[in-house]
Amino acid sequence: MTTAVDASLGRLLDSPGITGVALVDAVTGFTYGVAGDAAEAGDGAECAELAALIAPLPAGPDPYESCAGPARGSLVRANLLRRPGESGPCPPGAAPRRPIVGRRVRATGEGRAMRSVPPWARVYVVCTALGAVSCAAPSPGTRAPWAAVALFAALCAACELLAARRSAGERRPDGTGAPAEGGAGLGWHTPVMLAAAFLLPPPAAALVPLPGALLARVEQRPRGLRRTWRAAQLVLCTWAASRVHWALGGRDAVVTSDFPYALVAAGAAVVAFCLVLAVLDGGILVLAERVPVRVARRGLFLRPLAPVAVHGLAGLMMAVLWRSPYGPAAALLVLLPMYVSWWAFAQYHRERAAHRATIRALVQAVDIKDGYTRGHSERVGRASMMIARELGMDDERAEALRFAGILHDVGKLGVPTRLLRKDGPLTPEERRIIELHPEYGHEMVRGIGFLEEARSAILHHHERLDGSGYPYGLKGCRIPEFARVVAVADAFDAMTSTRSYRRARPVAAALAELERCAGTQFDPRMVQAFARALGRQGWHPAVTADEPPPHGRPRLPAPYTPVATEPGARRGTAPGGPRP
Amino acid sequence: MNALVAARGGAALFAVLALAATLWHGIDGRGTALAFGVLVAVGELVRWSGAQEREPAPLAAAGALAYALLGENGGHPTHDGVPQVVAVVTAASLLGCVPHVAKGRGPTADHLTRRVLTVGFAAVCFQPFYGLGRAGRWPGDGPGYAALVVALLVLTALWDAVLAAALEHARTRWPFGPLLRDELRATLGIGSAVCATGAVIALAVAVAGLWALPVLSLPLLLTQLSFRRYAAVRATYRQTIASLARATEIAGYTPAGHARRVAALSRAVGRELGLSGPELTVLEYAALMHDIGQLSLVDPVPAGATACLAPAEQRRIALLGGAVVRRTGVAAEVAVTVERQADPYREQPVGARIVRAVNAYEEKAREAGPGGSLGALEELRLGTARDYQPEVVESLARVLARDGLTSPPVG
Repeated sequence: MTTAVDASLGRLLDSPGITGVALVDAVTGFTYGVAGDAAEAGDGAECAELAALIAPLPAGPDPYESCAGPARGSLVRANLLRRPGESGPCPPGAAPRRPIVGRRVRATGEGRAMRSVPPWARVYVVCTALGAVSCAAPSPGTRAPWAAVALFAALCAACELLAARRSAGERRPDGTGAPAEGGAGLGWHTPVMLAAAFLLPPPAAALVPLPGALLARVEQRPRGLRRTWRAAQLVLCTWAASRVHWALGGRDAVVTSDFPYALVAAGAAVVAFCLVLAVLDGGILVLAERVPVRVARRGLFLRPLAPVAVHGLAGLMMAVLWRSPYGPAAALLVLLPMYVSWWAFAQYHRERAAHRATIRALVQAVDIKDGYTRGHSERVGRASMMIARELGMDDERAEALRFAGILHDVGKLGVPTRLLRKDGPLTPEERRIIELHPEYGHEMVRGIGFLEEARSAILHHHERLDGSGYPYGLKGCRIPEFARVVAVADAFDAMTSTRSYRRARPVAAALAELERCAGTQFDPRMVQAFARALGRQGWHPAVTADEPPPHGRPRLPAPYTPVATEPGARRGTAPGGPRP
Repeated sequence: MNALVAARGGAALFAVLALAATLWHGIDGRGTALAFGVLVAVGELVRWSGAQEREPAPLAAAGALAYALLGENGGHPTHDGVPQVVAVVTAASLLGCVPHVAKGRGPTADHLTRRVLTVGFAAVCFQPFYGLGRAGRWPGDGPGYAALVVALLVLTALWDAVLAAALEHARTRWPFGPLLRDELRATLGIGSAVCATGAVIALAVAVAGLWALPVLSLPLLLTQLSFRRYAAVRATYRQTIASLARATEIAGYTPAGHARRVAALSRAVGRELGLSGPELTVLEYAALMHDIGQLSLVDPVPAGATACLAPAEQRRIALLGGAVVRRTGVAAEVAVTVERQADPYREQPVGARIVRAVNAYEEKAREAGPGGSLGALEELRLGTARDYQPEVVESLARVLARDGLTSPPVG
């Protein structure tokens, strides 16, 4: 088992990609971040996909919790964000849908969404709770080590409360605070539960997570049900782990420090823990979230395995030291690294949220100057992302491409506001000044290391395939791939949104225009990919910011839901592509 | 520089003596020595190359400390003396550093100096107690022993912080007090995880034998991973802030490199005034973005020189800047610093005082051309009644005198 964990960690160290991120988050016990951030960043499709990937992750065993239970929160969020016609685990009518709003979906929205709990889910929770009670009931004739149980339970509760307080304290008023508000279900106190499972008889071990789970702050209604569910799930998991460990004689191995064998027994206990977690989570996903079984099953067992295994190792060492001559105080030291990594992880998320806000501020600065392109950047980012997914790019490149799309016009900061806002036709001189903006943008983001490939897109997004574009007049495949993607997304959004000099065109007309110009202006491969993506997902634009548009006029392009392809769609005659 | 040379020389001498003594006497407990050596070497191999971190190789540090404090292995007393501990740790660290040196990543000499001196300190402190314990005059086993190990590790952590601050002081000539404070604060972060793991490994090996090494390494690797990602996102964030700052330059509102020069100089002055790490970060971000309010102006201020504008106009630009900064998600202190940069210094927070003085200096020195910095300083001194804090101006003068009165090169 150790080798498996080794390999998994090694992989993590090598690949900082999105999957790695999700997994590491899981290792630390906080899975909230990825899907939540995606929702924040405003890419609906991406968010839905990510959430579907991560949703089954039982890092927060409570399917109702949104803040305290990371994974479920993202699922609820995803359900809110998902739209009809989109493939995904969201059945019709499961949750009220909000249109994609680039900003975060408010917690109150989630609360409303979850207020109606299906009756079967209630029955399921009650059954689970009854099962937990029957597991924890002490069998007559055995003497439970009450002192140890009380110590472990107090420790567990203390860890959970500490985590909750820290993250509550670090939450910022604008909502960019630490992600793990309220503490995750499998936080850094998991080693305590597992150590108890390794040392105590099963019914006694099952009592250990109880006080912590019952005391933990629950932000979403219905609170009682959520608390019950969370407590019952942890009790059952711990009981199962302890039962398996006990049956294998692991306790004696721990007490006598019989080492390779203690690892085997602990490994089996960890597997049991994850299995029960997966089964219970799957049940609640199917009943409460009405997720189809085959989707709910995905990754439920395997995803938490690596994190729980690492926590299991720490728990094993806690158990060994607890029974050693050095006593429980020495065992506490094991928790310190877990706490520190949890802290670093919370900081990481805080900083990441701040970073995203900064990027958004860069974009908003452009919006301030160039009034009519409001929300354009975010939409181009989203369209670029759709193309990237369609082209089968990996997550990291797709993410970079989204940033490229978002930041493609950042160089307009360097163009005088007067020119950007000019209503009439531009003189050649003015046009030349405006055409400098790709170079300005490239210069501006030069220092941002993670953008790398995206910088080329910022520089070259006005190049045309036939070499008549600017700034360098590159031709064909000499134009970087990212730039070819962003060019299509940019032109599409420019055509489908209202500008001061013309009205928005319908999506179908814009697509036809893109296809007409494919080969001369745009890369046909990108245009086809975009058409496919639109055909599947539709186009649901939204503004970036929460505040109303400054000019009071609706500037949103109309949403578009794909229908059967229209034969003989209108062919536009106006020059395609955005005004520079 | 002398302290630096002395520390490095001392560490090298200590390591060589330890190696020689070990070779002379032979190695006791080869299995244990090998296991810990491998742990330290692997820890060094997976260390992260971002050199700014306080503890780049937590696993190696924890392994080395555990070896220094090892009294028993699976219930049998060990006999690894101080020389052997130092020799094994040094050899393993050198081995683990080879790929990093080959790729030219990160400074290695100071890192090794600290490792050798810290491990030597821990081992030297531990051995006499351990001798007492074996002679029966110390409550050898039990919680008392664990408490002793933890106490020694706390002492070692303090020693390490002092050492790191001293090395940094010798290298950069920054004031020692704030450096020590930063080091101690960092000790609370990953340092505490390292120390706790060191203690746990020492105790767990005593109970469970060498199996404890791999079992306990994984949680610490996880900690390292978390910290690495935190550091990475912090670096990206900083780059993005710098880009945002460059927006005013590209828009033609301020001269090229102005924000970066003000940020670098502000940071130096902040250090000179004894600000702590987080305060310096706030100061740096605020200095980078101090001109961002000009983006909202329809017409650029001539040469971006806000220091020459009317006070009311300066304050208006500062407020506009604060409004932009508030949107960026940086700490509220940064926005406050930007907003207040044009106030009289008695009403300002310390960060804003520094940004105001440094910004004025930068603009005036640039206007005056080469050799203008003395004149600019003189002008600032004349303004100390109301606008610029005298202490800040004097620190600025000291920083400039030390760095040779030249503006940092534009690059």
